[in-house]
Amino acid sequence: MVPESWYLTLSAVLFAIGVVGVIVRRNPLVIFMSIELMLNAANVAFVAFGHRQGSGDGQAIVFFVMAVAAAEVAVGLAIIVAIFRLRHRLSVDDLSLMRW
Amino acid sequence: MGAVAFVIIAGIAVGSALGLVFKRNAIHAALFLVVNLGAVAVLYLTLGAQFLAVAQIAVYAGAIMVLFLFAIFVLIPGKEETGPDPRRSYRILALPVGGALLAPLAIVLAAAPRGPAPPAAAPDGVESIARLLFTDYLFPFEVTSVLLLAAMVGVLLLSRRREG
Repeated sequence: MVPESWYLTLSAVLFAIGVVGVIVRRNPLVIFMSIELMLNAANVAFVAFGHRQGSGDGQAIVFFVMAVAAAEVAVGLAIIVAIFRLRHRLSVDDLSLMRW
Repeated sequence: MGAVAFVIIAGIAVGSALGLVFKRNAIHAALFLVVNLGAVAVLYLTLGAQFLAVAQIAVYAGAIMVLFLFAIFVLIPGKEETGPDPRRSYRILALPVGGALLAPLAIVLAAAPRGPAPPAAAPDGVESIARLLFTDYLFPFEVTSVLLLAAMVGVLLLSRRREG
């Protein structure tokens, strides 16, 4: 049996890669996908901990994370499409209107 | 044995995540994310979370990635689909590849047991999470439906064209 710490390490690595993706990419769609990657990394950690505790609570929480992620993707993509209609360009470098 | 499988799956997951981040083409990134989600689903299986593995494939790799690809196609119009087909040989290969995929499916279907289903097995991961969702987590579970409805209404509002 693989120890849970391996899963947690993998979760950390995936999360770090997702963070790098959010930072280095300029296409909002790819940034969004990197956010999905980070959500998945957190889910792996939840399931690994639940497995270690021998309870289904971790899995139940992952189920809710999935539901929230589905809602988030739908709304987020609608926002990106709305921005594209307004600006006709798709780069986060152009979207500095609300930056302090 | 389990360790070897874990290392292979984890390698696929990390490699596809790196591909997602460092590939310039957004569609390639989306396909890498599909591979990553599939690898994570296999990891869920190794942890005894069968329900989550199936939900991962259906919700993430199915519904969410289709949304992503649709958005990419709408927002980033490529030049690949206009003019003469530069990858004609690929199209010709599509049929044999599809056939090769169909063959194992047919073998599996032919080998499937006929007759009534065997009696239910001992309580497993699916049963425990179902019990939790409909007892301890019943209220969050119901709130999820409100959340999804709100998201749906919000998307309709955001994607509506302004009149006049």
